[in-house]
Amino acid sequence: MRKCFITLVLLVGSLSVSSLSTAGEPEQYFVKVADPYIEIHTGAGRGYPIFYVVARDEWVQLLYRKTDWFRVLTEDGKEGWVSAAQLSMTLNPSGKRVDIRDPNEKDFVLRDWEYGALIGDFEGLSIISFYAGYHFNENISNEIILSQASGSVSSKTILSLLNIVHEPFPEWKMSPFFTLGTGWIRTDPKSTLATTRDRTDQYANYGFGIRTHLTKRFLLRAEYKNYVIFTSRDDNEEIEEWKVGFGFFF
Amino acid sequence: MESWFRVFLLVTVFAFSGTAVLAAEKSGQPAADEIIQQEPVIQPEVKRREVKQADIETENFEVGVFVGLLSIEDFGTNPVYGVSVDYHVTEDLFVQGRFGVSEAGTTSFERLGGGVTLLSNRDYQYYDVSIGYNLLPGEAFLTRDTAYNTSLYLIIGAGNTDFAGDNFFTIVWGAGYGITVSDWFAAHMDFRDHMFDINITGEDKTSHNLEASLDLTFYF
Repeated sequence: MRKCFITLVLLVGSLSVSSLSTAGEPEQYFVKVADPYIEIHTGAGRGYPIFYVVARDEWVQLLYRKTDWFRVLTEDGKEGWVSAAQLSMTLNPSGKRVDIRDPNEKDFVLRDWEYGALIGDFEGLSIISFYAGYHFNENISNEIILSQASGSVSSKTILSLLNIVHEPFPEWKMSPFFTLGTGWIRTDPKSTLATTRDRTDQYANYGFGIRTHLTKRFLLRAEYKNYVIFTSRDDNEEIEEWKVGFGFFF
Repeated sequence: MESWFRVFLLVTVFAFSGTAVLAAEKSGQPAADEIIQQEPVIQPEVKRREVKQADIETENFEVGVFVGLLSIEDFGTNPVYGVSVDYHVTEDLFVQGRFGVSEAGTTSFERLGGGVTLLSNRDYQYYDVSIGYNLLPGEAFLTRDTAYNTSLYLIIGAGNTDFAGDNFFTIVWGAGYGITVSDWFAAHMDFRDHMFDINITGEDKTSHNLEASLDLTFYF
């Protein structure tokens, strides 16, 4: 059975494999309890029962972390979960407090990478978008966006490699931003309709939106964009897009 | 004289027995110390490193493969396979991405019509991104000494379905039950509804495509 699991791990990809191989190098981290005691839970959640306590001046070994919970091994060989809040009250071997904190507003302002997904309306079509953004500084970033929109008449695939985002007040709780971008849009008419040809056009767009840091590495975002599609016909096509979604920053 | 000798003898005997008892006590004490010192749980020679947040391995990502059954509205129930990725934001909240493939069967119209085929392309592929909430975290007690952490969770999300050569914007929602078997492995049962608007059978309607799957996942 275990062999079967390992085969699956290999299937899942190199990331899992690399995590297995790093498990071979023993890096042991110990912290000393500074509070009167810390509580060890049976699971990584607030509701899981406390089955053990470790008293002041005893050491615990940190194994790994899952969200806000740390898997620890006590001197008595008990393994369980300690909350990040309690662990931040323990001491390093040098006697300093263990530095454990969540990403805060400042980390949000200084983020390098942002990834997310948005859904919304693309002139009557339902749209889903995925984006990855790199921040050159606090105010300017570029985003790569891949979207798919579909309705009863046609579906569209939209790709943008250049989408400059300017965020004038990154430290605001609700931070506005302005965008200017270009890319390609491919239109596939529905196969149930009399067939017109697939076509790919270039577009340019401008837009604005708002972003807010929700919790940890999580952010919410809403935006409007106005597209001008350079069609091969005499008239350019104008399209309005509204989207909301979430993202992560690293 | 005799009484003096008797006193001397008694004193000597007492003195000897006394030192013997003391000696026994003394030899007993270090023995007990040794027992304590013999097996310290944490070896003192292990170098204790300074703990920095970034050094501790995190296991917030979960990658999995799933198999199940997908009931494609009007086109029968068929096997579905796919991969999933979860990112656990907090103990309550997670984000999940899924990609799955299946193939549509025949409608009853096609089976009874004799040689009538409604679709030339029967491939069914979907992807979606959902937000999940661990509604009922708990423990399952398999035997007297074995307990596994479990969770009943709800998910809602959106994605795209590529079916019969067309793309359909899809809303997905459902519930699942997960059991964390070991540090690195978990098993999930998922039930979800993929909803999208379709007019393939001649009328505009919202099709509900129900999926039941078993997802084996690995933390890293």
